[in-house]
Amino acid sequence: MKTTFVETAMSGARHLAAQVLPAIMIGLCAFVVFGPLVNLFMWAFAETWFFPARYPTEYGFDFWKRVFRPRAGAWTSLFASVWIALATVGLSMALAVPAGYALARLTLPARTLIMLIFLLPQAFPSLPIFVNIARMFYGLGLNGTYIGVVLVHSLPGLVYAVWIATAAFAAVDRTMEEAARNLGAGPMRTFQDITLPQAFPGLIAASIFVFLDSIDEFTGTFFVGTPDISTLPILMFNASMGGNYQIAAITALILLVPSIGFMLVIERFLKADVLSRIGR
Amino acid sequence: MSDPLAMPKPSAQLRAMLPGLLLIAPAILAIALLYVVPLVRSVVFAFVDADGGFTTAHLATALELYRRDVIFTVLVALASLCLIAVISIAIAGYLTLGATPWAVTVLRWLYRWPLFIPFIVAGQTARSFLARNGLLNSLLIDSGLMDPATAQSLLDWRGLVLTFAWKQVPFVTLLLAGAMASVDRSTVEAARNMGAGKLRCLIEILLPQVRGTLSVGLILSLVTIMSVLSVPMMLIAGNPTMMTSMMAHRVTYYGDYAVANALGLFSYLITVVAAFVYLRMTLAQQPENGR
Repeated sequence: MKTTFVETAMSGARHLAAQVLPAIMIGLCAFVVFGPLVNLFMWAFAETWFFPARYPTEYGFDFWKRVFRPRAGAWTSLFASVWIALATVGLSMALAVPAGYALARLTLPARTLIMLIFLLPQAFPSLPIFVNIARMFYGLGLNGTYIGVVLVHSLPGLVYAVWIATAAFAAVDRTMEEAARNLGAGPMRTFQDITLPQAFPGLIAASIFVFLDSIDEFTGTFFVGTPDISTLPILMFNASMGGNYQIAAITALILLVPSIGFMLVIERFLKADVLSRIGR
Repeated sequence: MSDPLAMPKPSAQLRAMLPGLLLIAPAILAIALLYVVPLVRSVVFAFVDADGGFTTAHLATALELYRRDVIFTVLVALASLCLIAVISIAIAGYLTLGATPWAVTVLRWLYRWPLFIPFIVAGQTARSFLARNGLLNSLLIDSGLMDPATAQSLLDWRGLVLTFAWKQVPFVTLLLAGAMASVDRSTVEAARNMGAGKLRCLIEILLPQVRGTLSVGLILSLVTIMSVLSVPMMLIAGNPTMMTSMMAHRVTYYGDYAVANALGLFSYLITVVAAFVYLRMTLAQQPENGR
């Protein structure tokens, strides 16, 4: 009788430990992941928060009004960021869709070498590249122009776009294309009616990546765009370095909206069959 | 690869490649102008003096002025990679072997968040979270874990390591968890049946089979750490700091592209050394695999 009681107690304790330990671990992870973000929210809504106070002494929307008042810098930066990102998506996809189709479907000389070239920008530190692009653009009069910033954002954009577009086209069912050709459809008609619709979710995913990368891009804009062009990351950086943590936190929250939003929808567009073909 | 049309009799093989070449040419041209040319210039201008002659003076200047920053960068990168490796293995291991279903589900949802948060925002959150009067210290003081007098700012190498790890752990974990999920479960089950603990299964059975994925993730993280400018600029006020920050400083304050390029060369070298170590490791592994 006694042993069974001890056994029950021990199994109960083990059961408790099996539930409590994961709970502690999850709590710790949640703190590490969300703690810094909570801090960001506190700064965004802190009206007054000076040193001896460990938490904001007053909350409010005062700084939000200042950021979003008409003709404030935030609007200019927001529009600049969105336009640059859209133009970067347009340019990158215009180059990447034909390239991805050729890499996935057509015979090419030195295909591995070409894939390697599109891999290189991710394999080496990019800062010296941006520095030298800025120097070249300075000679061409492109520094401080929207075209210059779009071009510099298109470098990482093009790399992502070519990888994902190639994988998206490679995942399209070849037999359906062949069936369409057998039924008398020309190559353009086949591409338009069969290949493109099937590759479309992958191409949307590629566009989303390029858009996000451009919205968040700091280094290239810092060298090529400033001081004439201010995107949201540049605005946030300047506010932070100027000690204006409220403005910086509000700008940071604006930057988080597209990132988190796309995080929640990306899995719908980037299917596993495309994902498994990236880089091949 | 000259224009095939210009040739008197284009071979059938070349003609078959023409559509593909035409479609890919614009993208290659763009990558050549935006990447290959700046890459070549960054290496060449590290060795060219004002008169166009060959010189190693820029390298010497860079080493003389920024030796401490180079060492600091290497140490911060190594510390970050160690932290990233340990935490990623732990999380991916728990996702693969964890016995508490709800905890696995929550962790799978939880760990990805920083992946989608831009570096510039991560820099700002770290700047306010890790400061001497930041939220981390406030919470530690209020919970009684820390004496207010001993509170200190973490905005030095520790802040850099923590921020880089915060951003890169999800990325490496994503790769690792994917690789671990595709490992044959029967060996793990067999080891479990013979009484091996979960930690032992993770370290002795799962980890050796995903070592390649881990190395790739860590090398890509190293390239990221060596490329990010915003985080060191926002976290570190004085010297020594990361090489990225010093390159930007050299260019914006002195317009000195030569020394900046020399520093850039060092950052390439560090990455090449890491890639070389990785290749040596994979090559050394091969005879073992062929057994």
